[in-house]
Amino acid sequence: MLAKRIIPCLDIRNGKTVKGINFENVVDVGDPVELGAKYARDGADELVYLDITATHEGRKLFADLVRRISEHLNIPFTVGGGIDRVEDAELLLSAGADKVSINSSAVRDPGLVDRIAGGFGNQFVVVAIDARWREDRWTVFINGGRIPTDRELFSWAREVQERGAGEILFTSMNHDGTKNGFACDALRELAGQLTIPLIASGGAGRKEHFVEVFERGMADAALAASIFHYNEIPVPELKNYLKKNNVIVR
Amino acid sequence: MKVAIIKYNAGNIRSVDHALKRVGVEALVTDDHKTILDADRVIFPGVGEAASTMEYLKERELDKLLKGLTTPVLGICLGQQLMCSWSEEGDTPCIGIFDQPVRRFPGDGLKVPHMGWNSLDRVNGALVPSELKGAYVYFIHSYYVPICEDTAAETSYMVPFSAAMQRGNFYATQFHPEKSGDPGELILKQFLKL
Repeated sequence: MLAKRIIPCLDIRNGKTVKGINFENVVDVGDPVELGAKYARDGADELVYLDITATHEGRKLFADLVRRISEHLNIPFTVGGGIDRVEDAELLLSAGADKVSINSSAVRDPGLVDRIAGGFGNQFVVVAIDARWREDRWTVFINGGRIPTDRELFSWAREVQERGAGEILFTSMNHDGTKNGFACDALRELAGQLTIPLIASGGAGRKEHFVEVFERGMADAALAASIFHYNEIPVPELKNYLKKNNVIVR
Repeated sequence: MKVAIIKYNAGNIRSVDHALKRVGVEALVTDDHKTILDADRVIFPGVGEAASTMEYLKERELDKLLKGLTTPVLGICLGQQLMCSWSEEGDTPCIGIFDQPVRRFPGDGLKVPHMGWNSLDRVNGALVPSELKGAYVYFIHSYYVPICEDTAAETSYMVPFSAAMQRGNFYATQFHPEKSGDPGELILKQFLKL
């Protein structure tokens, strides 16, 4: 049986791991390669590395980091942040990334999804969507959750699936950083509308939240950062808990 | 030991190279016929699309070269599919080492691509040791090879399919051993020992 995936997310600035709380106020929590290798040993199924560096120099550091990660890690990893062109994706692929995650750049230039998927396969493209529930709809935000758009979560997710996305990573901004659980109702609705896998993000605080997100939220994978980085829920403990609750995990 | 990784227009070649380094082998990433013929082991990796990849291989006559090799060859993911006779992806005639078709997963309520960690439910043959029965390995694919006489490991997703194959000196996995943690490293080591 296909197992549900647990995915620690590492935010990277200038080659170091950081974690944003509600997309602001970042704190350094360690070396990306070391931390990634530790998660792999602990039983993490996949990793996401998001580059939140704004400068050109920082971007080059990130490509070097991706190469180092690929040398050391024996599980798949996705990289994202600042991928605006097919060439950016190609550089990361050649450095050894398994998938790229695109977010704001896909909203600004939806054809980018088609071009990356066309060039390197659907499985290589994860489209990340940050959305906030307000005024009775899920509004899609860009630029790290700072700028609202005209896009709505469900129609945007269906559109990128049509354009060739291999996976959707949905972050509920209402839930992110709260530790009160994932946006299970929206996730369930989204999972029902999609034929590609769905990664849930935002709101993990307790082990029960992961059972909920797989059962009620129907997510294929769940992503979290701080609970793993600060060892609030060690990955092996989470996996054992999920097994006990009849969730299929590796 | 000389290991050649076939270089072509597809993804994830670098990660195969890195995985071999982790098990202590320096490989050459190459499309040079002589280098491939001289190698003790040949790895045919891949993530990509069947039709354009076959075209690329044919232009360089790598398809014929591969089929004629007598050393152990390991196809990975798209590599396994292209070693079959035909793929539903783009209605593509393939290399024909395994006399099998490659089908698309029907959908039927389950997500396509089949992405993530799934278990090896049955194993046999030299490549996947019996201790890996039940082990989880990493898959990412939308097309599959049905169960057949060349099946060396079996996994189920909607339907049971060939997670690994073997015919003579030709070996293949639908999953990515280079991304499959410890079980994957064991399989790579096993391939190097064959």
